[in-house]
Amino acid sequence: MNVVAEFVLVVLVLTDLAVLATSRLTTCVRLVAVQGAVLGLLPLVLRWPTFDLPIGTLAVSALALKGIVFPWLLLRTMRLVEIRREAEPYIGYTLSMVVGVLLVAVSAYLSTQWLPVSAGNAERFFLVGALAMILTGMLVVVSRRKAISQVLGFLMLENGVYAFGVVFLRETSLLVELAILLDVFVAVLVMGVAVHRIQRGFEHIDVDQLSALKG
Amino acid sequence: MNHFPIEAFFAVLAGMALAPLNLGVINKVKAFFAGRKGPPLTQLYSDLAKLAGKGAVYSRTTTWIFRFGPAMSLATTVLALAMLPLGKTSALVAFPGDFVVVAYLLGLGRFFVILAALDTGSSFEGMGASREAKFSAIAEPALLLSLLAVLTVAPHEGLTPISAASSALFGAAWLAAVPVLCLVAVALFIVLLAENSRIPVDDPNTHLELTMIHEVMVLDHGGPDFALIQYGAALKLWVTSCVLVAVLIPWSFSLTGANALVGMIGISALAVAVGLVESSMARLRLTNVSQLLTAAIVLAGLAALLALSGALS
Repeated sequence: MNVVAEFVLVVLVLTDLAVLATSRLTTCVRLVAVQGAVLGLLPLVLRWPTFDLPIGTLAVSALALKGIVFPWLLLRTMRLVEIRREAEPYIGYTLSMVVGVLLVAVSAYLSTQWLPVSAGNAERFFLVGALAMILTGMLVVVSRRKAISQVLGFLMLENGVYAFGVVFLRETSLLVELAILLDVFVAVLVMGVAVHRIQRGFEHIDVDQLSALKG
Repeated sequence: MNHFPIEAFFAVLAGMALAPLNLGVINKVKAFFAGRKGPPLTQLYSDLAKLAGKGAVYSRTTTWIFRFGPAMSLATTVLALAMLPLGKTSALVAFPGDFVVVAYLLGLGRFFVILAALDTGSSFEGMGASREAKFSAIAEPALLLSLLAVLTVAPHEGLTPISAASSALFGAAWLAAVPVLCLVAVALFIVLLAENSRIPVDDPNTHLELTMIHEVMVLDHGGPDFALIQYGAALKLWVTSCVLVAVLIPWSFSLTGANALVGMIGISALAVAVGLVESSMARLRLTNVSQLLTAAIVLAGLAALLALSGALS
């Protein structure tokens, strides 16, 4: 169990770090899709070999949304606004990768020393991964210029929240998890449209130039 | 120690004798994928014999450091070889904390090659020296973090030599450590490519002035000195392969010689892997090399984190 947990954690964290290190947005979207697919399977892996319908529903809907629908929506938006690469992030790719590892270290420290949760060994590993994903998602949101990267960062952040929820599914309700998934679906849909509108209105999606209000 | 460590002694001798052959394996693999016949496996032996028979020419600018460099780099590599296990054999020389000494012996050898390059007074060699110093400085944390991760997952007491740690890692313990070992393996492989100036970090065949790293530093060496450099480079490939193989091989045999044999097979397999990488990849742009090496640090750091948090809980 511990080995599987570690493997999943490594895959999740590595996809996040890879997103931090790549400038090609298509690759980033694919990486987040892989992460979403792994997360979709996570509830099943955690409860292996037992299986019940609610968990199955959650796994299937998460797999479909995070692994297929979100990446498809994002790739479609990227086609529409004709964006291929993140131009000049505030924090460079190499540096943000290093910061990413530091964030993993911080989350490892937090989840072992600080969080007032009673978790087993395997669950502790997932907790580290979930926190790291939340933090790296935030890093992507604040360090990238393109609106589409920020949507991607939001998705990574949400993946972390989802992982956090799945690990403690016994204590939170399944309904809440499903509702969050629905919310995120709507959010990504709306953000896709919004990015497209920004592109049509300003002919770029560089959020750096959207900070000043015109009066 | 009541008996002579025959297997460890044999491992060192095998390393010194077979290291040039290892480079031949890489060249054969590359030739195979390029559809060529390629140089014979023993090409480097002939090269070394030819170079050793020549005289050396020294520029008037150079001092004793220039002559001292090649010998020093070879000597440190041989010392490192004696301290490393071949597969799961125990190392000839082992003491607590010896992995740090191994890492810095390699560093010392490189330092003297860099000094010798600077000693020629050629700005061209200075450029190569600066690149070598930069990339090896980034590769070093990756190597040390990888070793830290391996030593943490291996059951041991106190500061254990890498040989003892790696020989304790097999069976169930190996299986439990697979995620950490995978990360470490990738990190160490990148370090191996960088330390030995292989593609995608450096191209050992290129002589294009803009892209050379290692080759540019040894341009002014000739004859026996160049033989020492070539042999030292081959031996360094063997030594860095030893580190990776010792980490990766999951089985340990009680039969005398079997461990060393498996280790040598592992090193040849690694040479084939290096050949595969070289045939399928282009050299990275110089500015991207440091990103690759940082990725190695990141992987090794993640492995160390995982190992440490596993050890704490």
